[in-house]
Parts: sequence; C-alpha cells; structure tokens
Amino acid sequence: MQEMMQKRAVELLENGTVDRVLGWSVGDFPYDMTPAVFRSAAEVKDRFVYNDFCAANLSKYLVKECRAGGKILVFLKPCDTYSFNQLMAEHRIKREMIHVIGIECFGKADVDKLKDMGIEGITGISMKDGSYTVSTVYGDTTVKAADAMAERCLSCKSKKHMVYDELIGAEGEVVEDCNRFDMVEKLEAMTPDERYEFWRGELSRCIRCNACRNVCPACTCEKCIFDNPNSGVSQKAAVNSFEENMFHIIRAFHVAGRCTDCGECSRVCPQSIPLHLLNRKFIKDVNTFYGEYQAGEDPAAKPPLGKYEKNDIEPGEAGGANA
Amino acid sequence: MNNETLIPYVGVVTEITQQTPDVKTFRVEAPGGGKLFEHKPGQCAMLSVPGISEAMISITSSPTNTEYMEFSVKKCGCLTEWLHAMEVGQMITVRGPYGRNFPVYDELLGKDLLFVAGGIGLAPLRSVINYVRDNREKFGTVDIVYGSRSKEDLVYYKEIVEEWMNTEGFNVHLTIDREQENWDGHVGFVPNYVKELNPDLKKTVLMCGPPIMIKFTLGGLMELGFKKEQVYTTMELRMKCGIGKCGRCNIGNKYVCKDGPVFRFDELDELPNEY
Amino acid sequence: MKKLSFEKLNEFFAAVAAQKTLYLPVDNKVGKAEYKKWESGTEMSRALNTVRSAKDFFFPQTENLMEFKMSGKAVEVLDTREACEDFVIFGVRACDAASFNILDSVYLVDPVDSYYKNRREHGTVVTMACSRPAETCFCGTFGIDAADPAGDVTVWEIEGAYMLRANTEKGEALLASVDALLEDGCEKAVADAQAKTREIMKKLPLADFTTEGVGVGKTKELFDRPEWATLSESCLGCGTCTFVCPTCQCYDVRDFDTGNGIKRFRCWDSCMYSDFTQMAHGNSRNSQLERFRQRFMHKLVYYPDRNNGTFGCVGCGRCLARCPISMNIVKVVKALGGKN
Repeated sequence: MQEMMQKRAVELLENGTVDRVLGWSVGDFPYDMTPAVFRSAAEVKDRFVYNDFCAANLSKYLVKECRAGGKILVFLKPCDTYSFNQLMAEHRIKREMIHVIGIECFGKADVDKLKDMGIEGITGISMKDGSYTVSTVYGDTTVKAADAMAERCLSCKSKKHMVYDELIGAEGEVVEDCNRFDMVEKLEAMTPDERYEFWRGELSRCIRCNACRNVCPACTCEKCIFDNPNSGVSQKAAVNSFEENMFHIIRAFHVAGRCTDCGECSRVCPQSIPLHLLNRKFIKDVNTFYGEYQAGEDPAAKPPLGKYEKNDIEPGEAGGANA
Repeated sequence: MNNETLIPYVGVVTEITQQTPDVKTFRVEAPGGGKLFEHKPGQCAMLSVPGISEAMISITSSPTNTEYMEFSVKKCGCLTEWLHAMEVGQMITVRGPYGRNFPVYDELLGKDLLFVAGGIGLAPLRSVINYVRDNREKFGTVDIVYGSRSKEDLVYYKEIVEEWMNTEGFNVHLTIDREQENWDGHVGFVPNYVKELNPDLKKTVLMCGPPIMIKFTLGGLMELGFKKEQVYTTMELRMKCGIGKCGRCNIGNKYVCKDGPVFRFDELDELPNEY
Repeated sequence: MKKLSFEKLNEFFAAVAAQKTLYLPVDNKVGKAEYKKWESGTEMSRALNTVRSAKDFFFPQTENLMEFKMSGKAVEVLDTREACEDFVIFGVRACDAASFNILDSVYLVDPVDSYYKNRREHGTVVTMACSRPAETCFCGTFGIDAADPAGDVTVWEIEGAYMLRANTEKGEALLASVDALLEDGCEKAVADAQAKTREIMKKLPLADFTTEGVGVGKTKELFDRPEWATLSESCLGCGTCTFVCPTCQCYDVRDFDTGNGIKRFRCWDSCMYSDFTQMAHGNSRNSQLERFRQRFMHKLVYYPDRNNGTFGCVGCGRCLARCPISMNIVKVVKALGGKN
C-alpha cells in the first residue's frame, strides 16, 4: 500500500494536479506516525509512511488546508470519507480544492492493545499472514492482527468509500451487521442507577484535555462555547463532578445527527473513556425515531435533526422521557 | 500555615475619579484606613472582584503617599467593566506588590529623566513621577511628554496642570492626536513630538503606552542617538498568579510578572519578539 | 538495605496504611494503571507506569484556594487551607521522582506556594526501580537512573521480594515503623538487578537520544527556526501532553459562584490552549505554532535558563504514548538539531 500511495502522490505532485499531500509522516517507532502535509516529491519519498498504525482521520485537517488555498491530495480510509462528506455538507471544505484517494482498509491496529498484553520495548513490527511479529528489547512475540485491532474497527460500519476521485486497493461494502450498537443496547438495558454509575466511572477519569473535541471532525466551531470564559462553562478542570459529565453530554448533543461514528474521540482519549458510546446512543436514537440515517453517507441528504416534518416524533412518544 | 500570597487582602474603595470617558482612578485603603501594603514605583498588584476575575493593575500612586493606594483602570474587559460600575465603599481584593520596579533607588538617581507616555500608559509612570517630585533633590531635570487621542482622554489632567507643571525643574509637554476646540497646545502623535523636542542625549527615558507608540518613539530615540540602555518601559501580558508560577506571562525565559513589568530595551533585545 | 518477602506484602501495605493514607498504582477498569488509595485486597498494577503522572499528589488537577463571602459592598476572604494528612505514594518511577525536583523549583521558590508545600511536606515517596523499561523511556537522557530512583525510600523487586533502601529521614521513619516485617536485604542482589536494567536501557530505541542543539542560551538560535511550522502543523491544540506530563505545572485561577459564596479554585492549564494568553485587548500567542513553540521552548530552553541547565523533562515517555497525533518532545529535539 505505502509504495502505491507514495508513487501516486509523487505523480500527482509532479504533474501539478495537486500542490500538497495530506498523509502520515514517519515516527521513531513502528506505530507513531504523525499527520503531515508534504509539499514536494522529495518529502513524500523521504517521510511519507502508511501502515496499520496510521489511524488518524485526516479529513478535519482539510478545513485548515482549504483556507490555505491550492489543491490538496488527501488519503482517506472508508470511515474517513463519511467525515469528509459531512464536512462538505456543512460547507467546511471545498470539494474542488481536494483530490481524494480512497484507500482500502483492513482495520487499523492499536498499539495500546499490544502494550496491554504486556508487550513492552517495541523496536519493530512486521505483518505476515494475518499476524504481527513484534520485536522488542525483551524478545519477539507474534500476535494475531485481529487481537491487536483497534476497538472501533472491530465494529466497522463500512469498507466502502462514500467519496473518492480514485482508489488504491479494492473497494469494499457497507457492513450490514456491524454490531456497533451492542454496547449501547447493554447500556439501555441497565437501570438508570446502573447507567449513571457506568458513566460516572468512565467520565471520572476525564482530565479535560479537550483531545476528543479538538480531533472531532464534527467539532469545527470557530470558537467553542467551552473556550468562552463568559459562557460560565469554560472551566478547564471540573470544580465538581457534574462539570465533566456536562462537557461530554453537551458535546454529544452538539454533534448528534452529525457524528459519523468515526471513533476518533475514543481513539485519542488519553484516559480510554469510551466516548463513542455517547454518540452511538444518539445515532441509534436518530435511527429509531427518524428512520435509518447515516451522517456522511450522502452530502446532499437533509439531516433528520435539521429538518421538520409533520409526522416527526413528539417529545415523550416512544417512552422518550425514560429512554 | 505559611503566609500565602495568593490569598488577597480586602481593600475598600474610598474615592473614584472619572479621569476620561473610559478611565477611572480608584483610591483603595485598608478597611481600618491606611495602605494595604508598601510598594515601589512601577510595581503592580492583583485586583479582584471575587466571582468575576482577577487582573494585574499597576499601582499609580507613589510610595511616598502614606495614606492610600491608587489604581487607574481603563474599561476594556469583564473585570474592568465591573470595577467601573462600582460605588465608593465597595470592597475589592488586592494582593501584591508584584514585579520589578523602576530603578529609582539606584540607577535613576541624579539622572535627568524623560517620561514618555500615551493614553492610560501614564498610570505606571505617575507613580515614578510623584516619587521624583517628593524626592526632588535626588533627581535631575524632568521632562514629561504625554499624549492622548483628545484633551478629554488625557488622564490626571488636573494634577498635571496644577501640580506637575508647577514643580521646579519639571517640563510638561502635552499633545493630542487631532485639533479640537479649547486646545491651544501641541497637536500630533507622541513619537513625532519627542523627535521635535530633540531631547538631550544625557536623559534616561521612561516610556509607557500603546505598542505602536512605543515602537515608533523608540525608533525616533534611536535615530536621535539614544542607546537602548537608556530607555525603560513596562510590559503587559496575561497574568494569573503574579509570582512567576502559573506560566503564561513569559517572554522567552523572563516572566513579566516577576522579572518585569519594567524592562530596559537592551534587555528586551535579548528576548524573543513575542509580546 | 532491607528486604520484604512477597508473602508479607499485604501485611506491609496494611501496616503502612494504618499510619498514613497509602496510594499505589492499580489497574483501572480499562486496564490502565492509576494511583488509587490502598484498601485491603487492593492489588498493585504490574504496568510500567501510570497514565497520569504522580504530580497529581502535589499539584492536583483542581483544588480550592480560598472562598469569599459577599454581602452588599462587603467582601470577606476565607482562608480554607487545612493541614494535609500524611500520605505515602508507593511505586513511583525514577522519572516521576525526578519530576518533583522540577515542580519544587517552581513552587518552593520565593514566594513559596503553601498549597504545594503542605502536600509535599506530608507526602512520603516510595520509588520503584524499573526492570522492564519501555521503548518510550528516555530518562537517561536527563541523567536519571531508572535503576536507582530517588525518593524517600527506593524499592527493587528481586525474585519474590522487595529490597528497600531508605534515602531520607522520612524514609528511615517509614521503614522503622514496619521493621518487624522486614529482614536484612542484599546489596549484591540489588547491584545485579541494577546492572541488568542498565543493560536494557542501553538497548532501548531512545538510548542514544541526546539534548544536543537545545538547552541554556539557545533562545535566539531556536526561536525562529522554520521547523516549528512543520512540527506544529498537525497539533490539535489539546492539552493531553500537558496534563499527562509530570513536569508541566502551569495553572489557571478561576472563580466559581456556588450560589452560596464564591470559590476560587486553581486548575491545570495548558499553554497549548488558545485562551492561555488571551487578554481583553489581544493575545501574545495567537497561532498554534506559537503555542506549540512555547511548550517546547519552555522545557528545552527557558526552564534550563532559569535552573542551571536542568531540562524541564524527565523522559517518562507519556507524551510519546498519549499524543493523539504522535508529536512529542523527542521529535522536536531531533528536528531542532539533536542527533538520532
């Protein structure tokens, strides 16, 4: 993959189709690639890297890149293309400025899963026959790729790109039975007290670093209410436990109907809080109340929470108050 | 438990003077009368209205004033709006003094002084000017160049005219940006006026005002042949602690709250241009 | 040198906890280590280190500084400080132990921060030597020896037992109070274990990482370097690096109206945040490039300038592991001129 991507990036840079490339830059370890802008063929050859650990969704960076002008090549995994479409729908990015190469995805790996197995001192990772051979200063270990797969990829909703100008690798299909609402259903089945305890337990670890918000492709407000000292809710750390709950709940409300379930919030959380579950609850509810809707599937679609129809569900209907 | 500088004193506002349409001077005393603490000219204090916020404000009164402290505040944000809405008798909190003062106890002794100020920038210099007035024998001649947008925007106008202009060895040069009625003084921007006045190169300059005024006045002084070692100014950045710990008011390796706010321009040259 | 066999470990913890509140790293529900209060049955984490650093004990994420009572025009300041209870932190790594010196050099210099000092005086730090350092470790770069951490007591895990060495009076007192549970330790076994760890440290990917090119007096040389633009270009401007960093000590002070008086609290702040330097009339660091540069210049130049060359980093590797975009101090130093 990496070689094909590099080759194509170099071609498009050299023939003038694009003047820069949004991709991943090589790190110090086999798993710490940084999203980066490459401005020349030499830079692409020198630093561009793509492997199973290139997990970052690059679509949000296009907001900034579109303001800088020129034409940008971006590599998008299937799930990233939903974010792309959603940003298009919200007029945050300009389609004509972007050349999208969709890249086939087999699921991303999460180095924390390797570390949680007790694998430390990683010096190299190679992939062969569906397994990773992890070299460490303490010896080599082999791990099945499935065992190291990022949590969000285990319930991947789509291997199909919603938008692209060209593809590298094969196109996949929408995953009909992705089980992504399993955990939401478990939470729904809890008593309110149990559910409260679950979320208190999770959210009490929050350190208000704002990584979830800042990485979120649906969070593109010029100035966030939580950064406005006059809003009364701008505390960086919670004065009481209520605060950190409210931050996440308000954020989930704000991205409701717009969240594409890309999973970046949970990926970047330094405290491993399953924030995506809040968003999935809203996605599930939107599906239930307004009919199946996937944000980012079709940039021209009217969002269910952004339009009014006479037969819209009324408050309290469907047991709303207790749901 | 140890003394804690973050815990402020309570002060009572005993007099409020409207200086200009958007500047008021607040006289603050301890609840039982007298000053809350001693300070040196150029030092600042953290003023706060609990529940609103806290901000660093220069102490505009001279340390030679034994009865009270004064703070001149321009209305420009949340806290300052609240302060402007206060009435006499209101309590606020004050902690300090913070920062490095103008070197009136050593380097400036015996020197001819040129004060250059624009707008509210006269507030920190007023502390020095009145200190010099009260210790007249320790300093040489004093020139004050002070400008503002209009006559109404000149702070301490009464004090300037009635007291400073009548002090021996003091020369006060006022200027406003544009012609207006009731003004027969100089019209023009401060940097140009300083150049016109062509001050003696022996003078030590103390300057405070908007960044644009400072930039052009400094340029003019350099052209006249002044050295950066002769020019002092004060810096202002966002502060929370006032004691070099909260980490935000640094310019390079210097904290404005602790190592400043008074800097000499040759010292600023050593720092990155991030202010 | 003293020895504690693992059979007596729980008894030891119980004996310590009977005198002082005992904290130690425990695996949380997502399998990550965090400091928790020891209670009977608490099991210590096997993880190399906690996600959050041990700075929380002395410089917590949020704390009340004082309260105000307001009535009419009157304001009353309530000093709500209380003496901190005695506590023991068990299992602090060498990097975090070294970070306390860095925090001290900020909070214990004149004017002393009494909130910090109070906790520092009442805390006893028991460190744990590393035996399985990770690839993200580079404490050696800053002269920290993972095999011989500082702290009031140092512990080495050796074949089913802990070897314990008191380093300070506080440490002596702690060990004396549980002396009945201890046997005589073996210096040789510790020396062997140390040698082993030091051998591993040499094999780590960052073993040769140096601070060449950064440090005292480098402001002019580094401030306008073009590399800052590339390094900071994908920075999210979040506070993850800051908040997991054991040496980041910047704070914000805010007031909170409880409806029954005003609470003034202090909380962690990050120079990566846009409002960190925001004033009513402008911002001295408007772009993410400037904010990013500030964070690293502070650790690599400004702090050393003010502290005899000591860097504001202890090589714990948390930012390497946790930055959402995998940008970190090692990459910055390398780009600015360090070798490797």
